[in-house]
Amino acid sequence: MPDSFYYLLQQLLNGLTVGSTYALIAIGYTMVYGIIGMINFAHGEVYMIGSYIAFIVLAALALLGIESLPLLIIGALVCSMIVTSAYGYSIERVAYRPLRGGNRLIPLISAIGMSIFLQNLVRIAQGSRDIAMPNLVRGGIDIGPSTGFHATLSWMQIIIFVVTLISMVLLTLFITRSRMGRACRACAEDLKMTNLLGINTNAIIAITFIIGAALAAVAGVLLGMYYGVINPYIGFMAGLKAFTAAVLGGIGSIPGAVLGGLLLGVAEALTAGYFSAEYKDVVAFSVLILVLLFRPSGILGRPEVEKV
Amino acid sequence: MLRNLKPAVISAVVVVILSGLLMGVRLSQQGTSLVLVGAGADVAVKIAGAALFIFLFNLFRDQLAALWHRVPALPRTPAAFSVLAARPAAHRLLWCFLIAAALIWPFFTNRSNIDLATLVLIYVMLGPGLNIVVGLAGLLDLGYVGFYAVGAYTYALLAMYFGIGFWTGLAAAGAMAALFGFLLGFPVLRLRGDYLAIVTLGFGEIIRILLNNFTSLTNGPNGIGNIPKPDLFGLEFSRRASEGAQTFHEFFGIDFNSVHRVMFLYFLALVLVLFTLFVINRLLRMPVGRAWEALREDEVACRSLGINPTAVKLNAFTIGATFAGFAGCFFAARQGFISPESFTFIESAIILAIVVLGGMGSQLGVILAAIIMTLLPEVARQFDEYRMLLFGLLMVLMMIWRPQGLLPMKRPHLELKT
Amino acid sequence: MSAPLLDVSGLCMRFGGLLAVNEVALRVEKGQIVSLIGPNGAGKTTVFNCLTGFYKPSAGSIRFRGEEVSGMPGFKLARKGMVRTFQHVRLFRQMSVVENLLVAQHHHMNTSMLAGLFKTPGFRRSEKEAMERAAWWLERMDLLEFANRTAGTLAYGQQRRLEIARCMVTRPTLLMLDEPAAGLNPRETADLQELIAELRSEHGMSILLIEHDMKLVMGISDQVVVINQGSPLADGTPEQVRQNPDVIKAYLGET
Repeated sequence: MPDSFYYLLQQLLNGLTVGSTYALIAIGYTMVYGIIGMINFAHGEVYMIGSYIAFIVLAALALLGIESLPLLIIGALVCSMIVTSAYGYSIERVAYRPLRGGNRLIPLISAIGMSIFLQNLVRIAQGSRDIAMPNLVRGGIDIGPSTGFHATLSWMQIIIFVVTLISMVLLTLFITRSRMGRACRACAEDLKMTNLLGINTNAIIAITFIIGAALAAVAGVLLGMYYGVINPYIGFMAGLKAFTAAVLGGIGSIPGAVLGGLLLGVAEALTAGYFSAEYKDVVAFSVLILVLLFRPSGILGRPEVEKV
Repeated sequence: MLRNLKPAVISAVVVVILSGLLMGVRLSQQGTSLVLVGAGADVAVKIAGAALFIFLFNLFRDQLAALWHRVPALPRTPAAFSVLAARPAAHRLLWCFLIAAALIWPFFTNRSNIDLATLVLIYVMLGPGLNIVVGLAGLLDLGYVGFYAVGAYTYALLAMYFGIGFWTGLAAAGAMAALFGFLLGFPVLRLRGDYLAIVTLGFGEIIRILLNNFTSLTNGPNGIGNIPKPDLFGLEFSRRASEGAQTFHEFFGIDFNSVHRVMFLYFLALVLVLFTLFVINRLLRMPVGRAWEALREDEVACRSLGINPTAVKLNAFTIGATFAGFAGCFFAARQGFISPESFTFIESAIILAIVVLGGMGSQLGVILAAIIMTLLPEVARQFDEYRMLLFGLLMVLMMIWRPQGLLPMKRPHLELKT
Repeated sequence: MSAPLLDVSGLCMRFGGLLAVNEVALRVEKGQIVSLIGPNGAGKTTVFNCLTGFYKPSAGSIRFRGEEVSGMPGFKLARKGMVRTFQHVRLFRQMSVVENLLVAQHHHMNTSMLAGLFKTPGFRRSEKEAMERAAWWLERMDLLEFANRTAGTLAYGQQRRLEIARCMVTRPTLLMLDEPAAGLNPRETADLQELIAELRSEHGMSILLIEHDMKLVMGISDQVVVINQGSPLADGTPEQVRQNPDVIKAYLGET
C-alpha cells in the first residue's frame, strides 16, 4: 500500500473523530430547532462550558490522586453533563421562554446576547488564555507497516468513537422507546396540538434543551481531552460548525445531524490534509452556504411547501 | 408562600450548580500540569449571595409581584407636548439645534473628547446603515462587519499599491462594498430569517479569514499601516508637508497644533454622517424605502402587488453595504493602521445591538443608541473587564423588557389633499 | 369573438402523492364576473395560488390576454394586471393605511434613486399622482378618515375594503378575490356586492372570485364554476348551476 493511502486513511480517521463530536453538538441544535423552530445561538458556549468543567474535574480528580482512566473519564462526563444541563435549562428559561411566539428576530438576538454573556462569564472566571492539559491517553493502534509511513488510530480516538456511539444509542432508545421520547417527537411534529392534548410542552422543551446540553458536554469532554487545549472562544466556531452539520444533514432530523457531523468532519480533515490547515474553517461556512442555496432541506430533510 | 418553597430551593440549587465549579475554582497552569486553585473567599460569598437572592426572590415571588403592581406608573408626558413634538416644524428645529451644537462643540473641548466623538460618529454611520437592512427590510444580517472590512481594506490597499488619496478611496470603498453586497446578497436572499442570519455571519467570517490568510495581498494578521490621512483640498494636517504639498497651518498662517487634525477628522466624520442620514431620510420617503418596509411586513402580499422581493432585498443589502464601506474607509484613515482583528463578529453584534436597542427602523433611536453604546464603555472605564458581559446581558434584557427599542419608529404623517 | 381574458385549461396541481387539482378549466371574458365555488377542501384556493403564481402548476395551461403565463412568479403576474386578495387579510399592518396604498403603486411610480434623492419635479409629480389615487380610493371605500392610522388597527370589514382598494390602485385588469365576504355581516355583504358590481361597470374590471356565500355568488356572477375534490363538477350560469343535480348532491344546500 503506498504512503498516500495511509495518509488518506489518517485524514479520514481524524475527520470521523472530530466529526462525531460535531454530530453530538449538532444533535442539540437540530432537536431544539425541530421543536421550537429557533437556532440556539448559545449552544456552542454550552459546549465550551462543558469542556471547562471537564478540565476542572480532571484536575480535581488528579489532585485527589485518582489515576484510573475510566474513573477520570466517567467523573468528567457526569459532572460536565450535570453542569451543562443546568445551563441548558437556565438559558431556555431565562432567555428564550419569555420570548416564544411572535417575531423571530427577537429570540435570535436574545440568543446572541446570551452567547456573548456566557463567553465572557467564562473569560472572567477562568481567564482568556489557552489552558492546556497533559495528554492522559497515549498511544494507539498502528495501521500499516511499522517502519515508514503509517496511519495511527489513537486510543483517544477509539474512546471518542465508543463514547459517541453509546451516547447515540442511548438517545435513540430514549426517543423511540420511552414515553417522554414519544412526547418529544410529538412536540417536534406539532407543538400546539401536543399542548392541546394535555402534555406539558414547557417541560418537554426544557428536556430537549437539557438533552442537547448533555450531549454537548460529552463532546466538550471528549474534544477537550483530544485537543488538550481550551479557551473561552472555542464555543463560537464549534457552534457554527455544528449548526452547519445540522443543516447539512437536514435540520430537525437527528440521524441527519449525525450524518452531517461526520461528513463535515471528514471534509474539514481532507481540506486541512490536502490543501491548507488555515482554510479549514472556511470549509464549514462554504458547505453551509452551498447547502442552503441548493438544498436547504439538507440531505435527510423534507422540502417545505409554502402555504399561502 | 409555602408552595413557592420547592421551586425556590430548586432555583437556588441550580444557581450553585451553574456557578460552583465554573467560578468557584480556577484552572491554573503550573509547568506542564494543570492545577486547581480556589478562586478566593469573595467568589464563594458572591455565589452564596446569588443563590440566597434567587431563593428569596422565588419564595416571595407572589408578594413581590403584588408590590410591583402597586408602584405608581411614571407620569406620562402631557398630551400637548406630544402633539407639539410630532409636528414636522418641531423636528426640523431639533435637527438644526443638534447640527449647530455638533458644529460648535469641538471648539470648546479637549482633543481626546473630540477623538472620542469621532469614534461615536463612525457608529452613527454604521447603525443607520445596518438599520436599512435589519430594521427596514427585516433581513437579519450578522455579517455587516464584512462590508465594513471591505471598505477599510479597499482604501488601505489602494493607498498602499496605487497611492490614491482619501476622497478617491472613499468612493472606491463605497463602490467595492456595494459590489460585495450585491454579490453576497444574490445567493442568500431567498433564505428565511434564521438561515439568512447564519449565512451572513458565515460570509462575514469568511471575509475575515480570507483577509487574515491572504498574506501576499493583505499582509495577513500584521495588517496594513501608513494609511494616509485625509486632507482638505490638498492641505495636509501635519507639522511638515510632504513633497510638493502644503500644510494646513502654513496656508492659514497659524501655529501648528495637533488638535487641528483631530478636529478636521471630526468635521469630516460629521459631514459623512449628515450625508448618510440625509440619504436614508430621503430613501424612507421614496418608493424604495416603502417597499423595504412592506417586504418586512409581508413578503407574500408584496409579490401579489407586483413587487419583486429579491430585487428589493438586494437593493437594501447593497445600499446598507455601501454605507458600511464609507464608514470603513473613514475608519482606516482615522486609525492609520488596520488589521483583521478589528473586524470580528463581535463588531457585527455591537452594530446589531445598536439597531435593535435604538428601535428597528427608527433613525433617531439608532443614533441615540449608537451614542450610548460607544460612550458607555469609555465613561465606565473601570468596568472594562465586564463590558462585554454586561453588553450580552443588556441584549437579553432589552429583548425581554423592551423589544421595540428605546425610540420605536413612528410612521410619517402624510398629508392628503382631496 | 375575441379570446377570453383568462383562459385556464387542464390545470393540475400535485403535492407529492396528492392530486389536489385535477384538470380544472375556467374562462373569464373581459368584463365578466366569474365565481369559483365548491365544498370546503375542494381545492379552490389551490387553483387561485396556481393562477397567481404562488404555486407552479404540475400541468395545464393558463393564458392571460392570450399569453401563456403558467408557472410565472407571482409578482410578474401582478404586473401584467392579475392581482388578488387573500383568504386571511394580508395588509401591511404596521404601516399606515395610506402607505399601504402607496406601496401598491410601486411599479407605476418613479422609482429612480436620483430623482427621489433630489426631489425632482418628475418625482414630486409621481408622488402627487399616487397620493391622489390613494385618496380617491380611500374616499370611495369610506376609509379617508383613517388615512394615517396604522392598518392593523382597523376593524375587520374596513381591512377587507382596504385590501380591495389596495388591489385597485395597482390598475389591474383582472381582480381575483379569495372569499371576500368571509366574516362579513349581511349588510356588509350587500355593500360588497354593490362594490363588485361597480368595479365591473365603472372601472372595467373583470373579476374572478372564490366564495361560500351563495347569495352573493348567485346575485353577482355571470358564470359559476364548481369544483369538488379538485375536479371540475359544473360550469354555467348561476341558474344552470343551481339546478345541477351533481352540484346539489356535492353541496347539500347552502342557499
